Amino acid sequence: MNFDDIKHGIVLLIKKAETELPDDVVKALKKAYEIEEGVAKIQIKAILENIDLAKKSQRPMCQDTGIQTFFVKVGVDFPNINKLKDLITDAVKKATVEIPLRPNTVDPFKGDNHKDNTGDYIPYITWDFVEGDKVFITSLPKGGGSENMSKLGMLKPGVGIEGVKDFVVNEMINAAGNPCPPTIVGVGIGGGADLALKLGKKSLLRPVGIRHEDKTIAAMEEELIKRINDSGIGPMGLGGKTTVLDVHIEKAHRHPASLPVGIAVQCWADRRAHMVINPDGSWEVK
Amino acid sequence: MEYHLDIPAGKDEIKKLKVGDILYITGKIFTARDEAHHMMLEKDKDSLPFNPAEMALFHCGPLMKKTGDKWQVVSAGPTTSSRMEIFEDEFIEKYGINIIIGKGGMGNRTEKALQKHIAVYTAYTGGAGALAADKVKDVPGVYWLDELGMPEAAWIFEVKEFGPLIVAIDSHGKSIYRELKK
Repeated sequence: MNFDDIKHGIVLLIKKAETELPDDVVKALKKAYEIEEGVAKIQIKAILENIDLAKKSQRPMCQDTGIQTFFVKVGVDFPNINKLKDLITDAVKKATVEIPLRPNTVDPFKGDNHKDNTGDYIPYITWDFVEGDKVFITSLPKGGGSENMSKLGMLKPGVGIEGVKDFVVNEMINAAGNPCPPTIVGVGIGGGADLALKLGKKSLLRPVGIRHEDKTIAAMEEELIKRINDSGIGPMGLGGKTTVLDVHIEKAHRHPASLPVGIAVQCWADRRAHMVINPDGSWEVK
Repeated sequence: MEYHLDIPAGKDEIKKLKVGDILYITGKIFTARDEAHHMMLEKDKDSLPFNPAEMALFHCGPLMKKTGDKWQVVSAGPTTSSRMEIFEDEFIEKYGINIIIGKGGMGNRTEKALQKHIAVYTAYTGGAGALAADKVKDVPGVYWLDELGMPEAAWIFEVKEFGPLIVAIDSHGKSIYRELKK
């Protein structure tokens, strides 16, 4: 297996995520451009021009190239599972120089920048195991401005799902222009504190415009989209019709005493790219 | 209204700007985020290696690339301005800033300082980093790069027709963000 070639592939995966927005997000932004007017339309126009320019010039669309975040599904029969973590970490260092990426890892105590986008627990990798012999990697670079608007609510079960809805809508109104709207809001309901936030983050992997398969949850997603957009916060918080491009919800069973709600916010630069590594080491980025 | 201003802009030009106006600027701007704000408030004004009063202030942590001994901007959109709310009124007063570029808006303290010192807060589209970089013609300097790192250092940009900037808080006490909260 050619490990250098796989590392090169992971660099291209990161580059794709940083420079080209997925089609589902572009489509949603173009739709927003159609319905907006005035200052809001100017914002969406700048976003669309920026997306075009970044793609053509192969430059990161946003200077905040994020904390390098990966979701990896490992086929249990893949021959070199033990190499994957180092390959991803080395690829992040290489990508920092080659793409380039902004050095975004700072030690919370010393305040010094690690300069290569790695550090304690970073890159942040979520591992899942699946049947088969392939590895599926999703790159989701996560910007700081939207991450700062994350919220955890340990609600009282008595407030019910209506209470969950109000919590999400109020928090997104409080966030206003800070997370670079129009955003994609991921909501995790149930589990515990950490699981609710994790489910919120994981729900961001779902393409924009795709509803949850459970009809009740899908209806709640639609209701939240409408309520948040009716707030009038608009693109960049300057007023307008489009505050969110989508709301995604995932749920886990909860403890009888708890109703955790985790909100993960993604800016309009909903950067995602995918890679498959085959058992012979060949790979594809898409 | 749409305005095209050369920096530094005079008081009369700033007074003309009202919330909702569109602005394009040409001249020098400097970047400062949390760390540079903090550091510049502690420093003696006369000891600074550049004169902030001749420039616009840009809330930005750019992505830069060095080719030979020349820095180039790769991507440079605004960062979230609300983090600078705790410094900004004092910063405006100390350094005579009259145009701020950021995203997401600022609060009551900054609003008052803008009114008192005749200055404006303008919004540039968050995340539009490649587009912003395209308007930067030169990088004449960078300060405190070693101490603060790339995102937090003070970068000086020579920009041409930098915008569209939306006047979001003007010098007459009006704020788009406050109006929307009602």
